[in-house]
Amino acid sequence: MDFSFTDEQQMLLDTTRRFIAERYNFDFRKRVRDSHDGWSRDTWTQLAELGLLALTIPEEDGGIGAGPVGAMLVSNAIGEGMLLEPFLSSAIVATQAIVELGSPDQRGQWLPSLASGDLIAVLAHDERSTQLDALDVHTSAEKVAGGWRLNGRKSAVYHATAAHLLLVTARIQEGELGLFAVRSDAPGVTLVPCVTVDEQRAATVVLENVSIDSDARLGGRADEALMAVLDYGLAALCAEAFGAMERILAATIEYSRSRVQFSTPIGSFQALQHRMAEMLMHLEQARSMSYLATSHCTNSDPLERRAALSAAKALMGQAARFIGQQAVQLHGGMGMTDELNVSHYFKRLLAFELRSGTTDQHLEIYRNRLAAA
Amino acid sequence: MDLDFNREEQAFRDEVRQFLATELPDDIRHRMQRGDHSHVRDDIQQWQKILHAKGWGAPAWPKAFGGTGWSKTQQYIFENECAMADAPAQLAFGVKMVAPVIMRFGTPEQQQAFLPRILAADDWWCQGYSEPGSGSDLASLKMRAERDGDEYVLNGQKVWNTLGQYADWIFCLVRTDATGKPQKGISFLLIDMKTPGITVRPTRLLDGSFEVNEIWFDNVRVPVANRIGEENQGWTYAKFLLGHERTNIAGIGASKRELRRLKEMAASQPKNGATMLQDPAFATRIAQVEMELRALEITNMRVIFAEAKKQAPGPEASMLKIRGTEILQRLSELQVDLLGADALVRSGAGEDGEDAERATSAYLNMRKLSIFGGSNEIQRNIIAHMILGL
Repeated sequence: MDFSFTDEQQMLLDTTRRFIAERYNFDFRKRVRDSHDGWSRDTWTQLAELGLLALTIPEEDGGIGAGPVGAMLVSNAIGEGMLLEPFLSSAIVATQAIVELGSPDQRGQWLPSLASGDLIAVLAHDERSTQLDALDVHTSAEKVAGGWRLNGRKSAVYHATAAHLLLVTARIQEGELGLFAVRSDAPGVTLVPCVTVDEQRAATVVLENVSIDSDARLGGRADEALMAVLDYGLAALCAEAFGAMERILAATIEYSRSRVQFSTPIGSFQALQHRMAEMLMHLEQARSMSYLATSHCTNSDPLERRAALSAAKALMGQAARFIGQQAVQLHGGMGMTDELNVSHYFKRLLAFELRSGTTDQHLEIYRNRLAAA
Repeated sequence: MDLDFNREEQAFRDEVRQFLATELPDDIRHRMQRGDHSHVRDDIQQWQKILHAKGWGAPAWPKAFGGTGWSKTQQYIFENECAMADAPAQLAFGVKMVAPVIMRFGTPEQQQAFLPRILAADDWWCQGYSEPGSGSDLASLKMRAERDGDEYVLNGQKVWNTLGQYADWIFCLVRTDATGKPQKGISFLLIDMKTPGITVRPTRLLDGSFEVNEIWFDNVRVPVANRIGEENQGWTYAKFLLGHERTNIAGIGASKRELRRLKEMAASQPKNGATMLQDPAFATRIAQVEMELRALEITNMRVIFAEAKKQAPGPEASMLKIRGTEILQRLSELQVDLLGADALVRSGAGEDGEDAERATSAYLNMRKLSIFGGSNEIQRNIIAHMILGL
């Protein structure tokens, strides 16, 4: 049992936090949000220069090889700063998909340019049907001469409009899922842009008779490997959410100390003190669950891994809802405004609750494990 | 970061499990499983003697006083394994509460006189803290101790005294100065329960048990030599004691045991051709508490890890107390809800009704968890003041 971090891990967290404090303050973030693309290419380049886009690329592939704990700590900071750049989408999830499933040639082709920031890739996986069963993919891949033909529709793919490369999951036949690399400007690919509730950019990806070469497939049967990739990403998403929860609580405590009503700071009222004590307990339980997710996201036993990740996502989703709602409540009218960061954190946390399987869905997954035991 | 016990910690856990499997007497284990407290004094004392013979009588004491010298992690493992194996909890008032105070602030004579007898279960200790007018506001306590030569003369009343009807000794907070700030006029006394003038009257609780007492002190004469430390400094020692009550405050082992029991009960309770463990609504409630327990276990280990680095237990113990007691209470609620109308029968249902009698009694009794040891509301105040700085 050891809850310490190595000097290298601590440095990753400190570096990312310092970068955000110096280069990505709340005003800057608002300008980025309101910009045409909704994310900053400059920031992306700077993240690459800090080495953070190579964070989870193994050392033998030229990356930092910081693993899940490194991903967790950097993601904590990303969540604290509510970055709008495709860090989770490209540097964690898509990168892991290539690490997990890519051939040596594919790794050599894509990983260096992912690390340098020249290539942005996203996993295009979610569909309506995957909400209940992560592997229930309806997008199809049909074997044709010289390659594959893809048809289907992927919903709310975060940062798809920023991506050069879409890693598309598609059903080859009953019981076999494949992963395919598709250029986002390939004929037959249509992106329908949208803005998510946490003000990130996403798109519905429509694939109509998209033809790709046979070497664009990553690995063989992708089902198990894909779940591993999703769980790796889920642990990082949990860590982001934890960063946001920690900051929104800190902002609430600070506000309750400075906001004076009835001639006294509202933080001196016991009703509010107990509410904030409750928020803190949710936060600390969430931190523990984020650790659990991180330490299990590469567990080779898929059942144990899934149970741990679902427990973490469900409990952290509940924590996010309580902390988020109470933070807005305790800020009073100011919590409703776009001016303070509280409402932004609130929306980031709402997106967390809804993404990658909702709180209720993960609770159900965890529950079904009880009945099966 | 590593959430698992290391090899040595695992080996230690296995050793404790093995010991519990072979050395915990079956009759005690069965009484604990049934929630039968009819032999509580004998069971606790016999178990303490078995632990003492093994050298494990005082998990948290340093070796110099006959303790194990175990790390915080080992103590945590030991307590959890004992709880999961249905061993009786050690009597906290001696081993965990008064003993650390005697070690830290007592005279060599006091240490000689009391510590070996606590370890060997020769003395049964109890606590005299709360009074009718002093619960959460403990420092307002009024029981008078007036100096008369080499003795104090005690007059007053203590309440919510746990298991004092079996006690040989009681440690008490008493008022030795009523003139200044309440905290400044309190002294810490060790009192022989056989002293004339002490009357113990058990309080019947909602579950029918006699677990707590009222104790009256009528001109009870206590040697000044039985005072801990300085006169009027008792509050300092009491606060020190509180910090030592908390290694197992989250009750992870007890909750794991009750969760296991709940699942077993649910798996054998039929519902619509399946079992209650497969009933979506009920299984969701089990899943919810199981997830929270899993998180709390990690939170508890985080607190232990942090404490090992900076020694003193911090206000984080308040979080463990609140969440730990909430979980244990919910587990007892779920057992009652699971049994439904069967849980109506408190006694006389025969062997078939054993589960129900135990579950219902436990549900009633477990209400105390969020009240004693600093109510959960007081703990929230502590969190707000000490951690959030409000």
